[in-house]
Amino acid sequence: MNWYDILFYAFALITVVSAAGVVLSRNIVYAAFSLLFTFFGVAALYVLLSADFLAITQILLYVGGVLVLIVFGVMLTNRANKVEVKHGGLTLAPAVLVAGVIAGTLIGVLTTTKWPAASFEPYEETARPLGALLMTQFVLPFELASVLLLVALVGAVIIARREKARRV
Amino acid sequence: MHNFITQYLGTGFLGGLLSAVLPLLFILPYALVTIWLELKISAHMQDRVGPMRTGKWHGWAQPIADVTKLIQKEDIIPAAADKALYLLAPALVFTGAYAAYAAIPFSPAYIGADINLGIFYIVAVSAIVVLGILMAGWSSNNKWSLLGAMRTAAQLVSYEIPSSLAILAVVMVAGSFNLNDICAAQSGWFWNWFVFGKFPFLFITFIIYFIASLAETNRAPFDIPEAESELVAGYHTEYSGMRFAFFYLAEYGNMFVVAGVAAALFFGGWNSPFGVYLSGPVWGAFWMISKAMVLVFVQIWLRWTLPRFRVDQLMYLSWKILTPFALVNIFAVGLWVVLR
Repeated sequence: MNWYDILFYAFALITVVSAAGVVLSRNIVYAAFSLLFTFFGVAALYVLLSADFLAITQILLYVGGVLVLIVFGVMLTNRANKVEVKHGGLTLAPAVLVAGVIAGTLIGVLTTTKWPAASFEPYEETARPLGALLMTQFVLPFELASVLLLVALVGAVIIARREKARRV
Repeated sequence: MHNFITQYLGTGFLGGLLSAVLPLLFILPYALVTIWLELKISAHMQDRVGPMRTGKWHGWAQPIADVTKLIQKEDIIPAAADKALYLLAPALVFTGAYAAYAAIPFSPAYIGADINLGIFYIVAVSAIVVLGILMAGWSSNNKWSLLGAMRTAAQLVSYEIPSSLAILAVVMVAGSFNLNDICAAQSGWFWNWFVFGKFPFLFITFIIYFIASLAETNRAPFDIPEAESELVAGYHTEYSGMRFAFFYLAEYGNMFVVAGVAAALFFGGWNSPFGVYLSGPVWGAFWMISKAMVLVFVQIWLRWTLPRFRVDQLMYLSWKILTPFALVNIFAVGLWVVLR
């Protein structure tokens, strides 16, 4: 067992424990901050897989963007810490059904997939090939995604503006 | 070149640990010196003399006395605070500030982690500071703290856009995300520095980056997160003793990070201004730290010269001035790089 194995298990433990915290916490603020450690653990696992660009993008987008917005939203909610996250028993049966189906599928995939064990290789640069591919082979999906984001952005502004105008 | 430590101790546990701890050994004396500088510079700018008695010579021991006092102070936890998050927040803020040191090239022979995406990593980990501040503000259960934390998040998220666009312009010119490579691309005499490159576009880029980086350190004129006259002390109102000292240390650590990044991106980093004269691993560290300290001095100078922005002025500056300028600038630099 070398240092990389120990690091892997440490990061995997952080990811799993904090993910459990996100799901099981009754306090919505705790759940949001637990998500921080989940994202970090996942980013660290990406690094151990030599996917450095993906790891840093994960931190930049999920921690710097998504999570900050979630925490911002949670804090703007009055008495967010008093919100009871748990639902009544009425939704229990469909929830168990959906969760069971997903868990069954995942376990099925996990047991039937042949996991290729790659030997440990030093890092290769990933940013340059990724950028070249995005600008050549995948330029259409890339541009479509940016147009979609622009539409979402303009839509959000319009919705926010209209609400303000009506109030006045 | 960069594996000065790993060369002697290997890439195992000991070498990694030493590489990770070395910046901490730099931050502590650096923070003491900068706190003293800030006390003296602010005093002279306001026509005072500042601390003169502690340690006889111009009060040089004042920051040491301050830190000793902070260590001895009682660690107060408000009864209504959320204890777990309240205790965790200062550590998280400092972690975010310290994590950035991993990718700063202190000298051609020492960089914590010589990764390909160094500058991208520094931009990304600054997000931890935002979350730490939000955590501190919320868990203090104090309206000033919460308002300060909200303002911080809004400010940091807004100014990340012009600063990232400015960094991207330099990355396009250098063709690398690695700060060591970016420094190496500026070797030679000082007119090879990127601040003079692609004139005047990279100079404008530097101005945009420097203004945005001032906002990222939460210091005046961008100190609305802790505006004393409105919010007592903002997100760290309730903190005392060593936990307050951690916020303080993180702020000074962040100042050096943004100054170091600016020095590496625009002023040649560890390159000597005089070509091969006075260059080498140790001179490299000297030049890097000197350039960053000059920029830290400019930050202090601006803090004690300019009044604080209002919230709307702050947003106006970021979205209507810096971001459009940065976009036009990145287009111009990109065109120049392509047409070369």
